[in-house]
Amino acid sequence: MTDNVDRSKRRLLLAATTAAGGVAAAGVATPFVLSFMPSERAKAAGAPVEVDISAIAPGTMKVVEWQGKPVWVVRRTPEMLDLLTKHDGELTDPTSSVPQQPDYCNNVNRSIKPEVFVAIGICTHLGCSPSYRPEAAPADLGPNWGGGWFCPCHGSRFDIAARVYKGSPAPTNLIIPPHQYLSETTLLIGDDKKKGAA
Amino acid sequence: MKAIKKLWMLVLLMPAMAIANTGVHLDKAPSNLNDKASLQRGAQFFAANCLACHSASYMRYNRLMDIGMSEAEIKAILPEGSKMGSTMQAVMASADAKAAFGVAPPDLSVTARARGTDWVYTYLRSFYTDPTRPSGVNNLVFPGVGMPNIMAGYQGEQVLEVEKHGGAAGHEVQVLKLVSPGAMTPAQFDATVGDLVNFLDFMSEPAKMVRYKLGYIVLGFLFLLLILSYALKKEFWKDVH
Amino acid sequence: MKLLKNFLEWIDYRFPATETWKLHLSEYYAPKNFNFWYFFGGLAMLVLGIQIVSGIFLTMSYKPDALFAFASVEFIMRDVQWGWLLRYIHSTGASMFFLVVYLHMFRGMMYGSYRKPRELLWIIGVVIYLALMAEAFMGYLLPWGQMSFWGAQVIVNLFSSVPFVGNDLSILIRGDYVISDATLNRFFALHVAAIPLVLVGIVFVHLVALHAVGSNNPDGIEIKKNKDANGIPLDGIPFFPYMVVKDVVASVAFLIVFCAIVFFAPDMGGYFLEANNFIPANPMQTPAHIAPVWYFTPYYAILRAVPPMFGSQFPGVIAMGVGAVAVVFLPWLDRGAVKSIRYRGPIFKFFLAAFVVSFLGLGYLGMMPVTPTYTLISQVLSVVYFAFFILMPWYSKIDKCKPEPDRVTFK
Repeated sequence: MTDNVDRSKRRLLLAATTAAGGVAAAGVATPFVLSFMPSERAKAAGAPVEVDISAIAPGTMKVVEWQGKPVWVVRRTPEMLDLLTKHDGELTDPTSSVPQQPDYCNNVNRSIKPEVFVAIGICTHLGCSPSYRPEAAPADLGPNWGGGWFCPCHGSRFDIAARVYKGSPAPTNLIIPPHQYLSETTLLIGDDKKKGAA
Repeated sequence: MKAIKKLWMLVLLMPAMAIANTGVHLDKAPSNLNDKASLQRGAQFFAANCLACHSASYMRYNRLMDIGMSEAEIKAILPEGSKMGSTMQAVMASADAKAAFGVAPPDLSVTARARGTDWVYTYLRSFYTDPTRPSGVNNLVFPGVGMPNIMAGYQGEQVLEVEKHGGAAGHEVQVLKLVSPGAMTPAQFDATVGDLVNFLDFMSEPAKMVRYKLGYIVLGFLFLLLILSYALKKEFWKDVH
Repeated sequence: MKLLKNFLEWIDYRFPATETWKLHLSEYYAPKNFNFWYFFGGLAMLVLGIQIVSGIFLTMSYKPDALFAFASVEFIMRDVQWGWLLRYIHSTGASMFFLVVYLHMFRGMMYGSYRKPRELLWIIGVVIYLALMAEAFMGYLLPWGQMSFWGAQVIVNLFSSVPFVGNDLSILIRGDYVISDATLNRFFALHVAAIPLVLVGIVFVHLVALHAVGSNNPDGIEIKKNKDANGIPLDGIPFFPYMVVKDVVASVAFLIVFCAIVFFAPDMGGYFLEANNFIPANPMQTPAHIAPVWYFTPYYAILRAVPPMFGSQFPGVIAMGVGAVAVVFLPWLDRGAVKSIRYRGPIFKFFLAAFVVSFLGLGYLGMMPVTPTYTLISQVLSVVYFAFFILMPWYSKIDKCKPEPDRVTFK
C-alpha cells in the first residue's frame, strides 16, 4: 500500500511477537501435556513400599506389590549363594553387564546383602511372572537345577540371582528395583535415595 | 473507549452484586494461607479431633508437605494402616456414625468452600446447651445440628440468652454466654478454631497458593505479549489510510 | 525456498490451499473501520477452541457416573497433575463464552448486522447461541453437585408443563423419574460429543455465510458499493495481515482478563462456580436458594415473572423460550431506513437502551430470591424486553434517521 515502510522494523516486531507467542503456546501446552503424567492417586499406589523381612525364613520368598508389579524378596541360603559362581557358562549374562540393576547391586549376588535378594518378578520376555522353584534338581527342571525361577509361559529359566539361563526366550536378567535398608529388618522398595537409611 | 469503560464498570460491579445472605451474623474467620505455622496447627488439631468421625476423603496425607510438614511429622499423625499417599478416612465407620448421631458426618474435604470459612468459623464456636436435643447441645448457625459439641472441653459450656438492645422497645438479640470455662481461654479457643478453619480452607483447594504464584507470572508475560503485539499492529496499520 | 514452492505447487494441484488462503484471508477484504465491538466474533472462536481442548483433557479424568462424578471432579482438582488448571480454564471459559457471545450479538443489534443481506448469517448465529445454551446446561450437570442436580431438575421439569405430553417428555429427557445416573450419562454424551460437533459445524457455516456476504461495519453501509478499478472495495483492507494482527492484540487483552479470573478468582464471587456445587448432589434435599448460572438468569426471571395461567406454568415457559429466540426475528421487525445506530434517531436509541436495561435487570433479578417487589420489577422489565421486539416495526419506521455517508468513517 505504501512504499516508505520500515521493513526491518516490521520484521523485527514480527519475529519478537512470534517468538513471545511461541513461548506462550509452549507454556500453555506444558500443563496439558503434564496432565498425562501419573496422578497423585497413581503415585500413591506406586509409592515406595516398606517390607518387614524379619519373618522370611532362609530359602523362602515373600512377594510384595510395588507400582502394581510383584516384587520378590528371598532370603537365600549359603548353599544357594555358593552355586552362584559355579554355572557362569550356562548363563546369557553372568556378569550382569546389561544394566538391569542399580549399580549397588551389580555384583555376583545381584543384591546389597548377599543373602537377601530383591527382584521385580516379571519375565523380561513377555511379562509373565515366573514361579519360584527353590528346590534342587526337581524332575521337570533337570539335575543341574540349583534353585531359581521358571517362567510357565514360555519356559525361561533364571538362577537364584534371577540371571537368565542360555537357551531361554527371555533376553536379559530380571530387573532389580531400587531399594535400601531402613533398618536391619526393614527394606524400602522403590526408593534408594531416602535420607536417614541404615 | 467509552464502551470499554462501561464494560469494565460492569465487570467490577459483578462481585459487589453479592447474593443476599439471610440469618445469623457470621464472624470473620482469620484465614491466612501463607501462615504455615497456623496451617500446621490446624492440621494437627484436625487429625486429632475431627478425623475420629469425619473423613476428608479427597485429601491425601502427603499433601500436608505443601504446608511445610515433614515426612516424620505426617507419619506421626498417620492412623494405623494408612500410608503417606492415603486419603484421610474417618476412624469411625460412616454407618456407625449415622446410627450414633442420626446423620452421617459429612466429608470435610471441600466444606470450607461450600459453606465459606466465616460460616465454619462461626459454627464451630456457636454451640450452646439445649436439653431438648438428643446430644444436649444446639447450634446458633446450624439449628438442630446432629454433631455433639466435641469442643466443649476446650471452650467450656455456653448457654443462649436473649438480650434487649435499645431499651424496652428495642430488638431482641441472641447472645451466647460462657457459663463454665473450658481448658482454653476464649482467646486461645478462637485462635485454635481459627487455625483449624485456616487448614480447612487450605484443604478445600490445595492448589490455591500455586495458582496465585503462577498467576502473576502468566499475567506478567501476557502484558509483555500485549505490548509487543500492539506495537506490531501499529506498525502494520501504518499502511491503512 | 524452491523446495517449499514446489511442495506448495504439489499441494495446490490437489487441494485449493493457496486459493483458500487468498479467498478467505489475504484477499478477503474487511471494512477498515471496525471498532472495539468487532473483536467479539473472533474471541468467541478463540473461546470455542479453548473449551474444546480443555474439555477433551477433562474428559480423560472425569467419570460420568452418579457414584463417582463428584469425586472424579475433586480427583481432577487435586490428584491429576495440573488438573485444577484444566478445570478452571473450562469453567471460566463457559462464562466467558456467553459474555463474548452476548457482546457479539449486541454489536449486531447496534449496527444492524442482521439486515439484508445478512439475515441468514444472523439466523445461523442464533442457532449457534441456542446450541451453546444446550451445551452449557448439560455441562453444568456433570460436576454432580447440589446446584448441578437441582438446576437440571428445575429446568427439565419445565418441559413437564407442556400440555398433554409434558410428563412423558420430561421423563424421556431424564430417562428416569428424577435426575439420575441415566440423565448424567446422556448429558455427558451430548455435552462432549453431539453438541460440540453441531457447534463446530454451524460455526463453520456461520463463517462461510459471513464471507459470502462480507462483514457489516459500524457505519452500517456496504463497502462493496465503492470499488477501485481492480474490483477491490475502497474501504476494505485484506484480512491478512491487517485484521489478524489487530485480532491478536484483542486476543491477548482478552486472555489477560481470562487468566486473571482463572488464577485469582475462578469462583468469580460465586457467579462462575457456585459454593453449593461443592456439596455432592443429594436428591433428598434442595438447597435453600437455587438460581441458574448468570448467563441464563434473564430468561429465568422472565419465567418467574409470568404467573401461572389456567393452573399451568406453560405460559411462563413459552415466554422464556420466546424471550431466548426473539432476536431471530429482528431482520423482519426492523423497518429502519438505516442500519447503524450512528445514523438512527432518538427513538431507536431509547428502545435499545431500554432493552439493555431490561436484559441486565432481568439477569440480576433472576439470581435473587423471589419477593413481591422483585416479581413486580421482573414483570415490568419483561414487558420492556418484549416491547423492544413487538413495537420495533413501528418505532424503527417513524424514527428520524440521519443520512448515511457514502464512505465509512475512518480517521
